[in-house]
Amino acid sequence: MTDLASLLDAEPVVATAGVDLLADALEAQGVAVARAEWRPPPATAVEALAALAADDRRSDANRVALDRLLAVRPHLVDIVTARDVIPALTEGTFLHAGPPIAWDDCSGPLRGALIGAALYEGLADDVEAAAGLGPSLHLSPCHHHRTVGPMAGVVSPSMPVAVVADGAGDGIAYATLNEGLGKVLRYGAFDAEVIERLRWIDRVLAPTLAEAIRHAGPIDLGVLVAQALQMGDDGHNRNRAATSLFLRQIGAALLEGNAPLEDRAAVYRFVDGNDHFMLNLVMAAGKLAVDAAAGVSGSSLVTVMARNGTEFGIRLAGTGDAWFTAPAPVVDGLFLGGYSAADANPDIGDSAITETVGLGGFAMAASPAIVGFVGGTAAGAIGRTLEMYAITLAEHPRYRIPILEDRGTPTGIDATLVVRTGVVPQINTGVAGRRAGVGMVGAGLVRAPIGCFVDAVNTLAAGAIRP
Amino acid sequence: MIDQVELVTGRYFDSVRLMQVTRDVNDVVGVEASLVAMATELNLRLLEEMGFDRAAVAAAGPDDLLIAIRATDPDAAASARTAAEHGLAGPVAVVGDGAFTTPSPHTVEAAARTNSANLALISVPGPHAFVEAIGALRAGLHVMLFSDNVTVEHEVALKREAAARDLLVMGPDCGTAIVNGVGLGFADAVDPGPVAICGASGTGIQQLCCLLDAAGVGVRHALGTGSRDLSAEVGGTSTLRALAALDADPAVEVIVVVSKPPDPEVAGEIERMVATCATPVVVALLGGGDVTLERAAASAIAALGVPATEWPAWTPDEPLVARPGVLRGFFSGGTLRDEARAIAAAALGPVAIEPTADGHRLVDFGADEFTRGRAHPMIDQSLRLDALSSAAEPVTGVVLLDVVLGYGAHPDPAAELAPVVADLIGAGVPVVVSLCGTRRDPQGREQQAAALRSAGAEVYLSNAAAAQRAVALIVEGSG
Repeated sequence: MTDLASLLDAEPVVATAGVDLLADALEAQGVAVARAEWRPPPATAVEALAALAADDRRSDANRVALDRLLAVRPHLVDIVTARDVIPALTEGTFLHAGPPIAWDDCSGPLRGALIGAALYEGLADDVEAAAGLGPSLHLSPCHHHRTVGPMAGVVSPSMPVAVVADGAGDGIAYATLNEGLGKVLRYGAFDAEVIERLRWIDRVLAPTLAEAIRHAGPIDLGVLVAQALQMGDDGHNRNRAATSLFLRQIGAALLEGNAPLEDRAAVYRFVDGNDHFMLNLVMAAGKLAVDAAAGVSGSSLVTVMARNGTEFGIRLAGTGDAWFTAPAPVVDGLFLGGYSAADANPDIGDSAITETVGLGGFAMAASPAIVGFVGGTAAGAIGRTLEMYAITLAEHPRYRIPILEDRGTPTGIDATLVVRTGVVPQINTGVAGRRAGVGMVGAGLVRAPIGCFVDAVNTLAAGAIRP
Repeated sequence: MIDQVELVTGRYFDSVRLMQVTRDVNDVVGVEASLVAMATELNLRLLEEMGFDRAAVAAAGPDDLLIAIRATDPDAAASARTAAEHGLAGPVAVVGDGAFTTPSPHTVEAAARTNSANLALISVPGPHAFVEAIGALRAGLHVMLFSDNVTVEHEVALKREAAARDLLVMGPDCGTAIVNGVGLGFADAVDPGPVAICGASGTGIQQLCCLLDAAGVGVRHALGTGSRDLSAEVGGTSTLRALAALDADPAVEVIVVVSKPPDPEVAGEIERMVATCATPVVVALLGGGDVTLERAAASAIAALGVPATEWPAWTPDEPLVARPGVLRGFFSGGTLRDEARAIAAAALGPVAIEPTADGHRLVDFGADEFTRGRAHPMIDQSLRLDALSSAAEPVTGVVLLDVVLGYGAHPDPAAELAPVVADLIGAGVPVVVSLCGTRRDPQGREQQAAALRSAGAEVYLSNAAAAQRAVALIVEGSG
């Protein structure tokens, strides 16, 4: 029986969008009705949404981009010096999180991190001199260089970076090594202790860990993250399980290493003492995936969500190198010790790469321990994850959520669905202090601003074939 | 000021939970600062930065719980300690039974996934309708597009997409459909039966359903096609597909096609399709005064071999008294108005449709100009009631109006109309009503007719009969 014939063969089962009265009238006849809670998209996006909906090449483009994103198999293979693998990192050049930004527009934590990095690189002898260099520094987004950085995301030429390579392709991505919590460079702190820790990371952590990684063999980060989700991580605000799993994987290799015993012990203690150690590596794994999906003409898949502390920016697979930005929102969060919302900087960091690949806020249901960020109930956390399925193209085949009967996490944000439904991505994130040098003040949840999605959809629509 | 630093061993809590507890403790009146945290190096330094005495907990390690409180007085400190314990002891506040709620779908295709729907009924404002409709088609759903103000380009694109997927688009601007006895939009309650209707007009379909119902003939399907379907641009796509499907349905014994006169080329295609149908097809192309919905219904009834019937009418105890003047019509159904206009124009000469025109005029209150930003007059009669209550002008010879019943329509239109009708009759203006309803309509057709009749109006089930009666009164009054 054809589709049309089958419509006429039985009572219809109806889905409605629009006037409730018409759905009421169906229910009065005993007909099963599913109602969409339809709401109008922003007026500036209406024509673009129609143009994109009419162009049937888009669903194919999205499938291609999504397949590429999901095909990536991220493996941690090495730790090297940034300048050796990122050609742009010449002296005086610094990478940062989020969309492009000039020194004058940098927020406190990003300035603080740049000051710290200038000191670390030996470009200045003291804080004032380093701050004075600010306007002359060459700044470039991490995302332009196959790199991601949490919070301020500053990468300078002599910093060690982890190398994450695609086991199923030839992609590669980089991320710095996580420094821990509290007063750290990525949160904009730059005092002597911060700089000394960075030097230790370069001198001891990086080579010792690199030897262990090479000895243990490539570490499959995809499998590691999949396991961590089963153990209560979200992959963004909670990486405790992943960090523990990582230590188990390299433990024996570390024991068998050639570095001095006290260095190997210090490395073990450092990673063990930093629940967020895996965050940077999860981010690099995400970067590898979204870079594979980038550059698919016509695709509305979101490949980047990143913040520089001033602006929130996104990129789509189908809009080339363009960034679409809106003012960075303020995080709704819980605060450390004596800090409060008044101390918080607007949202910052490349770490929303995790949400872009189905982790973090999108995997909230997997992480009951951090439900404090969503009103304090596990039900709320599950609700948040379920909400994200409305704007994603797929359920992740490997990242699964036990409490949702092992359903895959909502993965692959479609910008047109965001604009059409008004459901914006939710991001779990840390909160940096507003003033340079303060460091971390809290953590919480933030919603991506819809404006950048509207702009992105309009740009994408300019290339659509209209009916 | 009191500083109180305490170490609790053997209790572990996750950091986020402890941040919540800290927040709760900070909220206690008289608390200046607090830190409830596992005694990691990071948190111990935070303690120090906050000005607490770190030495007091020199032996602390990351497995110990740190509770530091700074309060204005001992009572506040004690309350804070209680708040900390309460936060640590109890379950985190549980709302309801702890069960999670599934978020509402926001698109029609997302809604359809929740009940495996096969038909989408879309009534969002016109500029948004295309996105929902194409989404529904790509999800494999047939579409009834109630929305108006959809561009013809979008209509063509939707119907092309539907044809490629063997789906049907009813609309845009499709007010009425019946699928397997289920009414969609404004639809009358019909008995199951052998007739299928395919039409570009909502109230035209409703009138046919009512007339057939009066003859005891049921309707299996009524598929709307959208008012532009038979234009050259759209090319009759939905009409042709609907006809083919209805012809293939073994339970359909007669098909009625009702439309405004089509584009000549499209008309040719429809004729060719009709010629190939195994099922008898009655074609009613409205526009001339001689093609009426009444005749189309009669033809269908005859094709079935059912005896012809007289269409019901309800006449008041006091007969209407003709008076000189012009015809004034107040309609909610566009096709009903058009049919009445064709009949009136044949007898009376020009009949205007503009609401302020002099002379004979028949106004459709369901037209776009009256429905922008408000509900259709079948649901919200207020505009029409206002116009009717000022209709008793000296120039008015007859008032003609329609009342459309069925699912989706006003639950009791006669209750609002009867007092206005009574006033008109009282002022000497004869009132004729075209009542479009079936015996099973939720408003109760007989009660509606009785209320209008009691108010003094003549009530006709057949719209053509009502129009003819109104014309006769004008002629009589001017004679």
